[in-house]
Amino acid sequence: MNISEKILAQKSGRDEVHPGEIVDAEVDVVMVHDLTGPLAVEAFNKIGVERVWDNKKIIVILDHQVPADSIKAAELHKTMRRFSREQEIRLYDIGEGGICHQVMPEKGHVTPGKLVVGADSHTCTYGALGAFATGIGSTEAAAVFATGKIWLRVPEAVKINVNGKFQRFSTPKDLILSIINQIGVDGATYKSIEFTGPTIREMDISGRMTLCNMAVEMGAKNGIVEPDEMTRRFLDGRAKIPEPFEALKSDPDASYTKVLDFDVTRLEPQVSSPPSIENVEPASRLGGVKIDQAFIGSCTNGRIEDLRLAAEILKGKRVKSEVRMLVIPASQEVYLQALREGLLEVFVKAGGIVCNPTCGPCLGGHIGLLASGEVCISTSNRNFVGRMGSPEASVYLASPATVAASALTGRITDPRELEA
Amino acid sequence: MSISGHALKFGNNVDTDVILPGRYLILTDPKDLAQHAMEGLDPAFAEKAKGGVVLVAGRNFGCGSSREQAPLALKHAGVRCVLAESFARIFFRNAINIGLPVVQFEKALSRVDEGDELIVDLEAGSIRNLSKGAAHRVDRLPQFILEILSDGGLIANLRKRLKKE
Repeated sequence: MNISEKILAQKSGRDEVHPGEIVDAEVDVVMVHDLTGPLAVEAFNKIGVERVWDNKKIIVILDHQVPADSIKAAELHKTMRRFSREQEIRLYDIGEGGICHQVMPEKGHVTPGKLVVGADSHTCTYGALGAFATGIGSTEAAAVFATGKIWLRVPEAVKINVNGKFQRFSTPKDLILSIINQIGVDGATYKSIEFTGPTIREMDISGRMTLCNMAVEMGAKNGIVEPDEMTRRFLDGRAKIPEPFEALKSDPDASYTKVLDFDVTRLEPQVSSPPSIENVEPASRLGGVKIDQAFIGSCTNGRIEDLRLAAEILKGKRVKSEVRMLVIPASQEVYLQALREGLLEVFVKAGGIVCNPTCGPCLGGHIGLLASGEVCISTSNRNFVGRMGSPEASVYLASPATVAASALTGRITDPRELEA
Repeated sequence: MSISGHALKFGNNVDTDVILPGRYLILTDPKDLAQHAMEGLDPAFAEKAKGGVVLVAGRNFGCGSSREQAPLALKHAGVRCVLAESFARIFFRNAINIGLPVVQFEKALSRVDEGDELIVDLEAGSIRNLSKGAAHRVDRLPQFILEILSDGGLIANLRKRLKKE
Protein backbone atom coordinates (compact mmCIF):
# COMPACT_ATOMS: atom_id res chain seq x y z
CA MET A 1 0.00 0.00 0.00
CA ASN A 2 1.06 3.60 -0.46
CA ILE A 3 0.94 6.14 2.38
CA SER A 4 -2.58 7.35 1.53
CA GLU A 5 -3.94 3.80 1.48
CA LYS A 6 -2.21 3.02 4.77
CA ILE A 7 -3.85 5.97 6.46
CA LEU A 8 -7.29 5.18 5.03
CA ALA A 9 -6.95 1.51 6.03
CA GLN A 10 -6.01 2.46 9.58
CA LYS A 11 -8.83 4.99 9.87
CA SER A 12 -11.42 2.52 8.60
CA GLY A 13 -10.24 -0.37 10.74
CA ARG A 14 -9.08 -2.55 7.87
CA ASP A 15 -5.84 -4.37 7.22
CA GLU A 16 -5.84 -3.32 3.60
CA VAL A 17 -7.69 -1.07 1.23
CA HIS A 18 -7.70 -0.97 -2.56
CA PRO A 19 -8.38 1.85 -5.02
CA GLY A 20 -12.07 2.15 -5.85
CA GLU A 21 -13.28 0.73 -2.53
CA ILE A 22 -15.54 2.92 -0.47
CA VAL A 23 -14.60 3.04 3.20
CA ASP A 24 -16.24 4.57 6.24
CA ALA A 25 -13.40 6.36 7.94
CA GLU A 26 -12.94 7.93 11.38
CA VAL A 27 -11.99 11.57 11.10
CA ASP A 28 -9.22 12.94 13.34
CA VAL A 29 -9.84 16.63 12.73
CA VAL A 30 -12.45 18.65 10.85
CA MET A 31 -12.01 22.34 10.01
CA VAL A 32 -14.49 24.95 8.81
CA HIS A 33 -14.00 28.67 8.18
CA ASP A 34 -16.16 31.78 8.10
CA LEU A 35 -17.61 31.20 4.62
CA THR A 36 -18.24 27.45 4.88
CA GLY A 37 -18.88 27.22 8.63
CA PRO A 38 -22.24 29.01 8.81
CA LEU A 39 -23.83 26.60 6.30
CA ALA A 40 -22.36 23.71 8.30
CA VAL A 41 -23.86 25.07 11.52
CA GLU A 42 -27.23 25.47 9.82
CA ALA A 43 -27.05 21.88 8.57
CA PHE A 44 -25.84 20.57 11.94
CA ASN A 45 -28.80 22.17 13.68
CA LYS A 46 -31.15 20.18 11.43
CA ILE A 47 -29.61 16.80 12.22
CA GLY A 48 -31.24 16.61 15.61
CA VAL A 49 -28.26 15.92 17.85
CA GLU A 50 -27.48 18.28 20.68
CA ARG A 51 -23.71 18.02 20.91
CA VAL A 52 -20.95 17.54 18.38
CA TRP A 53 -19.26 14.12 18.38
CA ASP A 54 -15.97 15.46 19.77
CA ASN A 55 -15.45 19.14 20.42
CA LYS A 56 -11.65 18.67 20.61
CA LYS A 57 -11.54 17.48 17.02
CA ILE A 58 -13.29 20.43 15.44
CA ILE A 59 -11.48 23.64 14.56
CA VAL A 60 -13.11 26.88 13.40
CA ILE A 61 -10.96 29.56 11.77
CA LEU A 62 -12.14 33.00 10.70
CA ASP A 63 -9.97 33.94 7.73
CA HIS A 64 -11.80 34.58 4.48
CA GLN A 65 -13.59 37.83 5.19
CA VAL A 66 -11.70 39.24 8.17
CA PRO A 67 -12.00 41.65 9.80
CA ALA A 68 -15.66 41.85 8.79
CA ASP A 69 -16.00 44.16 5.80
CA SER A 70 -19.80 44.18 5.83
CA ILE A 71 -22.68 43.54 8.17
CA LYS A 72 -23.36 40.25 6.41
CA ALA A 73 -19.80 39.08 7.03
CA ALA A 74 -20.04 40.22 10.65
CA GLU A 75 -23.21 38.13 11.09
CA LEU A 76 -21.42 35.07 9.70
CA HIS A 77 -18.59 35.57 12.19
CA LYS A 78 -21.11 35.99 14.99
CA THR A 79 -22.75 32.69 14.02
CA MET A 80 -19.41 30.91 14.20
CA ARG A 81 -18.40 32.50 17.50
CA ARG A 82 -21.70 31.54 19.09
CA PHE A 83 -21.60 27.95 17.81
CA SER A 84 -17.99 27.53 18.96
CA ARG A 85 -18.80 28.90 22.38
CA GLU A 86 -21.87 26.70 22.82
CA GLN A 87 -20.07 23.56 21.67
CA GLU A 88 -16.77 24.48 23.34
CA ILE A 89 -14.87 24.31 20.06
CA ARG A 90 -11.51 26.01 19.46
CA LEU A 91 -12.10 29.06 17.28
CA TYR A 92 -9.22 31.11 15.94
CA ASP A 93 -10.55 34.62 15.83
CA ILE A 94 -8.86 37.57 14.18
CA GLY A 95 -5.68 38.46 15.96
CA GLU A 96 -4.76 34.89 16.86
CA GLY A 97 -4.89 32.82 13.71
CA GLY A 98 -4.77 33.67 10.06
CA ILE A 99 -5.40 31.68 6.89
CA CYS A 100 -6.80 28.31 7.92
CA HIS A 101 -4.32 26.23 5.95
CA GLN A 102 -1.41 28.02 7.60
CA VAL A 103 -2.91 27.95 11.08
CA MET A 104 -3.80 24.24 11.14
CA PRO A 105 -0.19 23.03 10.71
CA GLU A 106 1.30 25.95 12.69
CA LYS A 107 -0.86 25.32 15.74
CA GLY A 108 -0.20 21.60 15.72
CA HIS A 109 -3.64 20.41 14.56
CA VAL A 110 -2.12 18.34 11.78
CA THR A 111 0.36 15.53 12.34
CA PRO A 112 1.55 12.61 10.19
CA GLY A 113 -0.94 9.81 9.70
CA LYS A 114 -4.01 11.82 10.63
CA LEU A 115 -7.17 11.95 8.55
CA VAL A 116 -8.12 15.60 8.27
CA VAL A 117 -11.12 16.95 6.40
CA GLY A 118 -11.89 20.60 5.95
CA ALA A 119 -14.66 22.63 4.38
CA ASP A 120 -12.23 24.24 1.98
CA SER A 121 -10.76 22.79 -1.18
CA HIS A 122 -7.17 23.63 -0.21
CA THR A 123 -7.36 21.37 2.85
CA CYS A 124 -5.11 19.11 0.75
CA THR A 125 -2.23 21.40 1.86
CA TYR A 126 -1.77 19.35 5.05
CA GLY A 127 -0.50 16.37 3.09
CA ALA A 128 2.82 18.22 3.35
CA LEU A 129 3.03 16.82 6.89
CA GLY A 130 2.15 13.27 5.89
CA ALA A 131 -1.53 13.51 6.79
CA PHE A 132 -4.36 12.40 4.51
CA ALA A 133 -6.21 15.67 4.08
CA THR A 134 -9.03 16.50 1.72
CA GLY A 135 -11.65 19.15 1.08
CA ILE A 136 -15.35 18.61 1.68
CA GLY A 137 -18.45 20.79 1.66
CA SER A 138 -20.38 22.37 4.49
CA THR A 139 -23.17 19.78 4.77
CA GLU A 140 -20.64 17.00 4.89
CA ALA A 141 -18.70 18.89 7.59
CA ALA A 142 -21.95 19.06 9.57
CA ALA A 143 -22.34 15.30 9.24
CA VAL A 144 -18.79 14.87 10.54
CA PHE A 145 -19.60 17.22 13.44
CA ALA A 146 -22.40 14.82 14.36
CA THR A 147 -20.83 11.43 13.65
CA GLY A 148 -17.05 11.80 13.33
CA LYS A 149 -17.21 9.68 10.22
CA ILE A 150 -17.03 10.15 6.48
CA TRP A 151 -17.29 7.86 3.47
CA LEU A 152 -14.33 8.05 1.14
CA ARG A 153 -13.52 6.28 -2.07
CA VAL A 154 -9.96 5.00 -1.86
CA PRO A 155 -8.17 6.95 -4.58
CA GLU A 156 -5.87 5.66 -7.28
CA ALA A 157 -2.46 7.21 -6.84
CA VAL A 158 -0.06 9.15 -9.03
CA LYS A 159 3.57 9.31 -7.97
CA ILE A 160 5.55 12.40 -8.80
CA ASN A 161 9.24 11.84 -8.43
CA VAL A 162 11.34 15.00 -8.34
CA ASN A 163 15.08 15.27 -8.88
CA GLY A 164 17.61 18.09 -9.14
CA LYS A 165 18.48 21.31 -7.35
CA PHE A 166 16.46 24.48 -7.82
CA GLN A 167 18.20 27.37 -9.58
CA ARG A 168 18.22 30.75 -7.90
CA PHE A 169 14.70 32.28 -7.96
CA SER A 170 13.15 29.02 -9.08
CA THR A 171 10.83 27.67 -6.38
CA PRO A 172 8.37 24.91 -5.43
CA LYS A 173 5.64 27.16 -6.93
CA ASP A 174 7.37 27.01 -10.30
CA LEU A 175 7.59 23.24 -9.93
CA ILE A 176 3.91 22.76 -9.14
CA LEU A 177 2.88 25.07 -11.99
CA SER A 178 4.97 23.02 -14.41
CA ILE A 179 3.47 19.80 -12.99
CA ILE A 180 -0.06 21.17 -13.50
CA ASN A 181 0.89 22.15 -17.03
CA GLN A 182 1.86 18.55 -17.75
CA ILE A 183 -0.97 16.76 -15.90
CA GLY A 184 -3.76 19.22 -16.72
CA VAL A 185 -6.52 20.67 -14.56
CA ASP A 186 -8.47 17.41 -14.56
CA GLY A 187 -5.57 15.03 -15.02
CA ALA A 188 -5.66 13.74 -11.46
CA THR A 189 -9.39 13.88 -10.73
CA TYR A 190 -10.32 11.70 -7.71
CA LYS A 191 -6.68 10.64 -7.37
CA SER A 192 -4.04 10.88 -4.71
CA ILE A 193 -0.80 12.63 -5.68
CA GLU A 194 2.31 11.54 -3.80
CA PHE A 195 5.34 13.79 -4.11
CA THR A 196 8.62 12.00 -3.64
CA GLY A 197 12.28 11.96 -4.69
CA PRO A 198 15.52 13.65 -3.56
CA THR A 199 14.29 17.21 -4.26
CA ILE A 200 11.23 16.70 -2.07
CA ARG A 201 13.33 15.22 0.73
CA GLU A 202 15.45 18.37 0.77
CA MET A 203 12.46 20.69 0.49
CA ASP A 204 11.24 22.48 3.61
CA ILE A 205 7.67 22.11 4.87
CA SER A 206 6.75 25.49 3.40
CA GLY A 207 7.67 24.28 -0.10
CA ARG A 208 5.89 20.96 0.42
CA MET A 209 2.80 22.88 1.49
CA THR A 210 2.91 24.87 -1.75
CA LEU A 211 3.01 21.62 -3.73
CA CYS A 212 0.26 19.84 -1.82
CA ASN A 213 -1.87 23.01 -1.77
CA MET A 214 -2.22 22.94 -5.53
CA ALA A 215 -2.90 19.19 -5.86
CA VAL A 216 -6.60 20.08 -6.01
CA GLU A 217 -5.92 22.23 -9.07
CA MET A 218 -5.36 18.95 -10.95
CA GLY A 219 -8.57 17.54 -9.50
CA ALA A 220 -6.75 15.44 -6.89
CA LYS A 221 -8.36 14.27 -3.69
CA ASN A 222 -5.15 14.76 -1.75
CA GLY A 223 -1.49 15.57 -2.14
CA ILE A 224 0.92 13.91 0.22
CA VAL A 225 4.59 13.66 1.19
CA GLU A 226 6.00 10.90 3.40
CA PRO A 227 6.96 12.41 6.76
CA ASP A 228 10.67 12.58 7.61
CA GLU A 229 13.19 14.52 9.69
CA MET A 230 12.11 17.76 8.02
CA THR A 231 8.57 17.07 9.22
CA ARG A 232 9.81 16.27 12.70
CA ARG A 233 11.73 19.54 12.90
CA PHE A 234 8.69 21.54 11.78
CA LEU A 235 6.42 19.86 14.33
CA ASP A 236 8.86 20.16 17.18
CA GLY A 237 7.29 22.46 19.75
CA ARG A 238 4.01 22.66 17.82
CA ALA A 239 2.46 19.23 18.28
CA LYS A 240 2.89 15.89 19.93
CA ILE A 241 4.80 13.97 17.29
CA PRO A 242 3.47 10.48 16.59
CA GLU A 243 6.06 7.70 16.63
CA PRO A 244 7.39 6.28 14.47
CA PHE A 245 6.98 7.50 10.88
CA GLU A 246 8.03 4.11 9.48
CA ALA A 247 4.45 2.83 9.32
CA LEU A 248 3.61 5.72 7.02
CA LYS A 249 6.13 4.94 4.30
CA SER A 250 4.77 3.73 0.99
CA ASP A 251 5.69 0.10 0.41
CA PRO A 252 8.25 -0.58 -2.33
CA ASP A 253 5.58 -2.56 -4.20
CA ALA A 254 2.81 0.03 -3.73
CA SER A 255 0.86 0.51 -6.94
CA TYR A 256 0.46 3.77 -8.82
CA THR A 257 -1.60 4.40 -11.93
CA LYS A 258 1.12 6.71 -13.15
CA VAL A 259 4.66 7.63 -12.17
CA LEU A 260 5.96 10.94 -13.47
CA ASP A 261 9.53 12.20 -13.23
CA PHE A 262 10.41 15.86 -12.98
CA ASP A 263 13.83 17.48 -12.85
CA VAL A 264 14.09 21.01 -11.49
CA THR A 265 17.69 21.56 -12.57
CA ARG A 266 16.71 23.66 -15.56
CA LEU A 267 13.33 24.81 -14.29
CA GLU A 268 12.83 28.53 -15.00
CA PRO A 269 10.39 30.76 -13.15
CA GLN A 270 6.92 29.85 -14.46
CA VAL A 271 3.68 31.78 -14.90
CA SER A 272 0.13 30.51 -15.32
CA SER A 273 -1.99 32.68 -17.63
CA PRO A 274 -5.77 33.03 -17.27
CA PRO A 275 -8.30 31.62 -17.45
CA SER A 276 -6.87 28.18 -16.77
CA ILE A 277 -4.19 27.17 -14.29
CA GLU A 278 -2.72 24.70 -16.79
CA ASN A 279 -1.70 27.52 -19.19
CA VAL A 280 1.85 27.63 -17.90
CA GLU A 281 4.98 28.95 -19.57
CA PRO A 282 8.27 30.54 -18.52
CA ALA A 283 7.92 34.06 -17.11
CA SER A 284 10.53 35.24 -19.61
CA ARG A 285 8.05 34.71 -22.46
CA LEU A 286 5.39 36.97 -20.92
CA GLY A 287 7.46 40.14 -20.57
CA GLY A 288 4.95 42.06 -22.66
CA VAL A 289 2.13 41.68 -20.12
CA LYS A 290 1.68 44.87 -18.09
CA ILE A 291 0.28 44.59 -14.57
CA ASP A 292 -1.86 46.81 -12.37
CA GLN A 293 -1.59 44.84 -9.14
CA ALA A 294 0.87 42.45 -7.53
CA PHE A 295 -0.35 40.22 -4.70
CA ILE A 296 1.96 38.29 -2.39
CA GLY A 297 0.09 36.08 0.06
CA SER A 298 -2.51 33.24 0.30
CA CYS A 299 -2.33 29.66 1.55
CA THR A 300 -0.12 28.83 -1.42
CA ASN A 301 2.63 31.40 -0.85
CA GLY A 302 2.05 33.59 2.20
CA ARG A 303 4.60 31.99 4.50
CA ILE A 304 7.75 33.49 6.00
CA GLU A 305 9.96 31.79 3.39
CA ASP A 306 7.84 33.41 0.66
CA LEU A 307 8.02 36.85 2.24
CA ARG A 308 11.80 36.55 2.66
CA LEU A 309 12.17 35.73 -1.01
CA ALA A 310 10.01 38.65 -2.09
CA ALA A 311 11.83 41.02 0.29
CA GLU A 312 15.18 39.94 -1.09
CA ILE A 313 14.09 41.25 -4.49
CA LEU A 314 12.29 44.35 -3.23
CA LYS A 315 14.87 45.53 -0.69
CA GLY A 316 15.88 49.13 -1.28
CA LYS A 317 13.71 49.41 -4.39
CA ARG A 318 10.35 50.98 -5.27
CA VAL A 319 7.49 49.24 -7.04
CA LYS A 320 6.62 50.79 -10.40
CA SER A 321 4.51 53.89 -9.89
CA GLU A 322 1.34 52.61 -11.55
CA VAL A 323 1.45 49.25 -9.76
CA ARG A 324 -0.33 48.48 -6.48
CA MET A 325 1.42 45.88 -4.35
CA LEU A 326 -0.40 43.99 -1.59
CA VAL A 327 1.45 41.79 0.86
CA ILE A 328 -0.59 39.57 3.16
CA PRO A 329 1.24 37.35 5.65
CA ALA A 330 -0.60 34.03 5.95
CA SER A 331 -0.88 34.11 9.74
CA GLN A 332 -0.23 36.15 12.86
CA GLU A 333 2.89 34.03 13.44
CA VAL A 334 4.18 34.80 9.94
CA TYR A 335 3.25 38.47 10.36
CA LEU A 336 5.16 38.76 13.62
CA GLN A 337 8.20 36.95 12.25
CA ALA A 338 8.22 39.19 9.16
CA LEU A 339 7.99 42.19 11.45
CA ARG A 340 10.95 40.98 13.53
CA GLU A 341 13.05 40.33 10.45
CA GLY A 342 12.37 43.78 9.03
CA LEU A 343 10.58 42.37 5.98
CA LEU A 344 7.45 44.45 6.49
CA GLU A 345 9.60 47.57 6.44
CA VAL A 346 11.04 46.47 3.10
CA PHE A 347 7.52 46.08 1.65
CA VAL A 348 6.27 49.40 2.99
CA LYS A 349 9.38 51.29 1.86
CA ALA A 350 8.97 49.71 -1.57
CA GLY A 351 5.53 51.28 -1.79
CA GLY A 352 3.48 48.22 -0.97
CA ILE A 353 0.77 47.83 1.62
CA VAL A 354 0.76 45.08 4.23
CA CYS A 355 -2.69 43.80 5.19
CA ASN A 356 -3.81 41.65 8.09
CA PRO A 357 -3.66 37.85 7.72
CA THR A 358 -6.65 36.85 5.52
CA CYS A 359 -7.44 35.14 2.25
CA GLY A 360 -8.26 38.63 0.99
CA PRO A 361 -8.19 39.15 -2.75
CA CYS A 362 -7.34 35.52 -3.59
CA LEU A 363 -11.00 34.58 -3.85
CA GLY A 364 -12.32 38.04 -4.61
CA GLY A 365 -14.00 38.41 -1.25
CA HIS A 366 -12.51 41.66 -0.02
CA ILE A 367 -9.33 43.78 -0.08
CA GLY A 368 -7.74 44.54 -3.42
CA LEU A 369 -10.42 43.42 -5.86
CA LEU A 370 -9.82 44.06 -9.56
CA ALA A 371 -11.73 46.31 -11.94
CA SER A 372 -12.58 45.32 -15.52
CA GLY A 373 -9.57 45.21 -17.79
CA GLU A 374 -7.10 45.13 -14.91
CA VAL A 375 -4.28 42.64 -14.59
CA CYS A 376 -2.95 41.12 -11.37
CA ILE A 377 0.04 38.87 -10.88
CA SER A 378 -0.51 36.79 -7.78
CA THR A 379 1.19 34.14 -5.67
CA SER A 380 -2.18 32.46 -5.05
CA ASN A 381 -3.60 29.34 -6.66
CA ARG A 382 -6.45 30.16 -9.04
CA ASN A 383 -6.88 32.40 -12.05
CA PHE A 384 -10.46 31.51 -12.97
CA VAL A 385 -12.68 34.11 -14.63
CA GLY A 386 -13.86 36.57 -11.96
CA ARG A 387 -11.74 34.97 -9.24
CA MET A 388 -10.38 38.27 -7.92
CA GLY A 389 -13.20 40.61 -8.80
CA SER A 390 -14.40 41.67 -12.22
CA PRO A 391 -14.98 38.85 -14.71
CA GLU A 392 -13.14 41.10 -17.18
CA ALA A 393 -9.99 41.22 -15.05
CA SER A 394 -7.03 38.86 -15.57
CA VAL A 395 -5.04 36.98 -12.95
CA TYR A 396 -1.60 35.50 -13.60
CA LEU A 397 -0.11 33.06 -11.08
CA ALA A 398 3.57 32.93 -10.16
CA SER A 399 6.07 32.56 -7.32
CA PRO A 400 6.76 35.30 -4.76
CA ALA A 401 10.04 36.03 -6.56
CA THR A 402 8.35 36.53 -9.92
CA VAL A 403 5.53 38.60 -8.41
CA ALA A 404 8.02 40.84 -6.57
CA ALA A 405 10.13 41.30 -9.71
CA SER A 406 7.02 42.11 -11.74
CA ALA A 407 5.92 44.68 -9.15
CA LEU A 408 9.21 46.51 -9.69
CA THR A 409 9.03 46.60 -13.49
CA GLY A 410 5.27 46.90 -13.98
CA ARG A 411 5.20 43.93 -16.36
CA ILE A 412 5.58 40.18 -15.92
CA THR A 413 9.25 39.69 -15.16
CA ASP A 414 11.55 36.73 -14.69
CA PRO A 415 13.31 37.67 -11.42
CA ARG A 416 16.68 36.61 -12.85
CA GLU A 417 16.32 39.41 -15.38
CA LEU A 418 16.84 41.98 -12.61
CA GLU A 419 20.24 40.52 -11.78
CA ALA A 420 21.49 40.28 -15.33
CA MET B 1 -36.19 8.89 -9.49
CA SER B 2 -36.99 10.26 -12.91
CA ILE B 3 -36.05 13.81 -13.83
CA SER B 4 -37.00 15.72 -16.95
CA GLY B 5 -36.13 19.06 -18.42
CA HIS B 6 -34.64 20.94 -21.34
CA ALA B 7 -30.89 21.04 -21.67
CA LEU B 8 -28.78 24.09 -20.94
CA LYS B 9 -25.25 23.48 -22.19
CA PHE B 10 -21.82 24.53 -20.95
CA GLY B 11 -18.29 23.47 -21.87
CA ASN B 12 -15.31 21.90 -20.09
CA ASN B 13 -13.78 22.94 -16.75
CA VAL B 14 -16.71 25.03 -15.54
CA ASP B 15 -15.29 26.15 -12.19
CA THR B 16 -17.02 27.11 -8.97
CA ASP B 17 -15.94 30.74 -9.34
CA VAL B 18 -18.09 31.11 -12.45
CA ILE B 19 -20.88 28.97 -10.99
CA LEU B 20 -20.95 31.27 -7.97
CA PRO B 21 -18.37 34.07 -7.66
CA GLY B 22 -16.59 34.41 -4.29
CA ARG B 23 -18.05 37.83 -3.59
CA TYR B 24 -21.50 36.26 -3.09
CA LEU B 25 -20.40 33.73 -0.48
CA ILE B 26 -21.60 36.02 2.28
CA LEU B 27 -25.18 35.49 1.06
CA THR B 28 -27.04 32.87 3.06
CA ASP B 29 -30.48 32.73 1.46
CA PRO B 30 -30.47 30.14 -1.37
CA LYS B 31 -32.86 32.37 -3.34
CA ASP B 32 -30.26 35.16 -3.30
CA LEU B 33 -27.52 32.74 -4.31
CA ALA B 34 -29.69 31.51 -7.18
CA GLN B 35 -29.85 35.02 -8.64
CA HIS B 36 -26.11 34.86 -9.24
CA ALA B 37 -25.82 31.27 -10.48
CA MET B 38 -23.47 30.93 -13.46
CA GLU B 39 -23.13 34.68 -13.53
CA GLY B 40 -19.51 34.37 -14.63
CA LEU B 41 -20.50 32.61 -17.86
CA ASP B 42 -24.06 33.72 -18.57
CA PRO B 43 -25.61 36.62 -16.67
CA ALA B 44 -29.04 35.57 -18.01
CA PHE B 45 -28.73 32.05 -16.54
CA ALA B 46 -31.09 32.53 -13.60
CA GLU B 47 -33.80 33.65 -16.02
CA LYS B 48 -33.21 30.71 -18.39
CA ALA B 49 -33.15 28.10 -15.63
CA LYS B 50 -36.43 29.18 -14.09
CA GLY B 51 -39.04 26.46 -14.28
CA GLY B 52 -36.51 23.66 -14.35
CA VAL B 53 -33.65 22.60 -16.62
CA VAL B 54 -31.08 19.86 -16.95
CA LEU B 55 -27.59 21.27 -17.05
CA VAL B 56 -25.27 19.51 -19.50
CA ALA B 57 -21.52 20.05 -19.44
CA GLY B 58 -18.18 18.63 -20.49
CA ARG B 59 -15.22 17.51 -18.42
CA ASN B 60 -14.33 18.53 -14.85
CA PHE B 61 -17.58 20.30 -14.01
CA GLY B 62 -17.42 22.18 -10.71
CA CYS B 63 -13.65 22.29 -10.36
CA GLY B 64 -12.09 24.61 -7.81
CA SER B 65 -13.53 25.63 -4.49
CA SER B 66 -15.40 23.50 -1.95
CA ARG B 67 -18.16 26.10 -1.75
CA GLU B 68 -21.45 24.32 -1.36
CA GLN B 69 -23.08 27.58 -2.37
CA ALA B 70 -22.25 26.59 -5.98
CA PRO B 71 -24.56 23.55 -6.23
CA LEU B 72 -27.04 25.33 -3.92
CA ALA B 73 -27.24 28.26 -6.34
CA LEU B 74 -27.79 25.92 -9.28
CA LYS B 75 -30.44 23.89 -7.50
CA HIS B 76 -32.40 26.92 -6.39
CA ALA B 77 -32.09 28.57 -9.80
CA GLY B 78 -34.01 25.62 -11.24
CA VAL B 79 -31.37 23.05 -12.19
CA ARG B 80 -32.95 19.62 -11.64
CA CYS B 81 -29.92 17.56 -12.53
CA VAL B 82 -26.38 18.03 -13.84
CA LEU B 83 -25.08 15.70 -16.54
CA ALA B 84 -21.37 16.07 -17.19
CA GLU B 85 -18.62 14.08 -18.87
CA SER B 86 -16.79 14.23 -15.54
CA PHE B 87 -17.08 16.09 -12.24
CA ALA B 88 -14.64 17.62 -9.82
CA ARG B 89 -14.91 15.48 -6.70
CA ILE B 90 -15.90 18.04 -4.07
CA PHE B 91 -18.64 19.47 -6.29
CA PHE B 92 -19.90 15.93 -6.93
CA ARG B 93 -20.18 15.19 -3.21
CA ASN B 94 -21.65 18.59 -2.39
CA ALA B 95 -24.35 18.26 -5.04
CA ILE B 96 -25.42 14.88 -3.68
CA ASN B 97 -25.30 16.14 -0.12
CA ILE B 98 -27.70 18.99 -0.88
CA GLY B 99 -29.94 16.75 -2.97
CA LEU B 100 -28.98 17.86 -6.48
CA PRO B 101 -28.63 14.78 -8.72
CA VAL B 102 -25.38 14.55 -10.68
CA VAL B 103 -24.71 11.94 -13.33
CA GLN B 104 -21.55 11.20 -15.22
CA PHE B 105 -22.51 11.05 -18.89
CA GLU B 106 -19.85 10.19 -21.47
CA LYS B 107 -19.78 12.35 -24.59
CA ALA B 108 -22.50 14.53 -23.09
CA LEU B 109 -21.54 17.50 -25.23
CA SER B 110 -21.85 15.63 -28.52
CA ARG B 111 -24.98 13.72 -27.54
CA VAL B 112 -27.04 16.69 -26.41
CA ASP B 113 -27.85 20.04 -28.03
CA GLU B 114 -29.02 23.13 -26.22
CA GLY B 115 -32.75 22.87 -25.56
CA ASP B 116 -33.02 19.10 -26.09
CA GLU B 117 -35.69 17.47 -23.97
CA LEU B 118 -34.11 14.95 -21.59
CA ILE B 119 -35.39 12.35 -19.16
CA VAL B 120 -32.90 11.05 -16.62
CA ASP B 121 -33.72 7.89 -14.68
CA LEU B 122 -31.31 7.58 -11.76
CA GLU B 123 -32.53 4.17 -10.57
CA ALA B 124 -32.32 2.65 -14.03
CA GLY B 125 -29.11 4.43 -14.99
CA SER B 126 -30.50 5.76 -18.23
CA ILE B 127 -30.82 9.03 -20.10
CA ARG B 128 -33.37 9.53 -22.86
CA ASN B 129 -32.98 12.38 -25.31
CA LEU B 130 -36.53 12.84 -26.63
CA SER B 131 -35.47 15.51 -29.12
CA LYS B 132 -33.00 13.10 -30.74
CA GLY B 133 -34.97 9.91 -30.15
CA ALA B 134 -31.90 8.45 -28.44
CA ALA B 135 -31.41 6.43 -25.24
CA HIS B 136 -28.12 6.12 -23.36
CA ARG B 137 -26.92 3.94 -20.53
CA VAL B 138 -24.95 5.53 -17.72
CA ASP B 139 -23.30 4.08 -14.60
CA ARG B 140 -25.88 3.82 -11.87
CA LEU B 141 -24.92 5.71 -8.72
CA PRO B 142 -24.21 3.46 -5.69
CA GLN B 143 -27.32 2.57 -3.69
CA PHE B 144 -26.35 4.65 -0.62
CA ILE B 145 -25.97 7.74 -2.83
CA LEU B 146 -29.35 7.11 -4.47
CA GLU B 147 -30.83 6.94 -0.99
CA ILE B 148 -29.26 10.26 -0.02
CA LEU B 149 -30.75 11.80 -3.17
CA SER B 150 -34.19 10.31 -2.66
CA ASP B 151 -34.17 11.57 0.92
CA GLY B 152 -33.43 15.03 -0.45
CA GLY B 153 -29.87 15.28 0.79
CA LEU B 154 -27.39 14.10 3.39
CA ILE B 155 -28.94 15.79 6.41
CA ALA B 156 -32.38 14.21 5.94
CA ASN B 157 -30.68 10.91 5.20
CA LEU B 158 -28.51 11.13 8.30
CA ARG B 159 -31.48 12.09 10.48
CA LYS B 160 -33.28 8.98 9.25
CA ARG B 161 -30.27 6.75 9.88
CA LEU B 162 -29.63 8.16 13.37
CA LYS B 163 -33.26 7.55 14.29
CA LYS B 164 -32.97 3.89 13.27
CA GLU B 165 -29.92 3.48 15.52
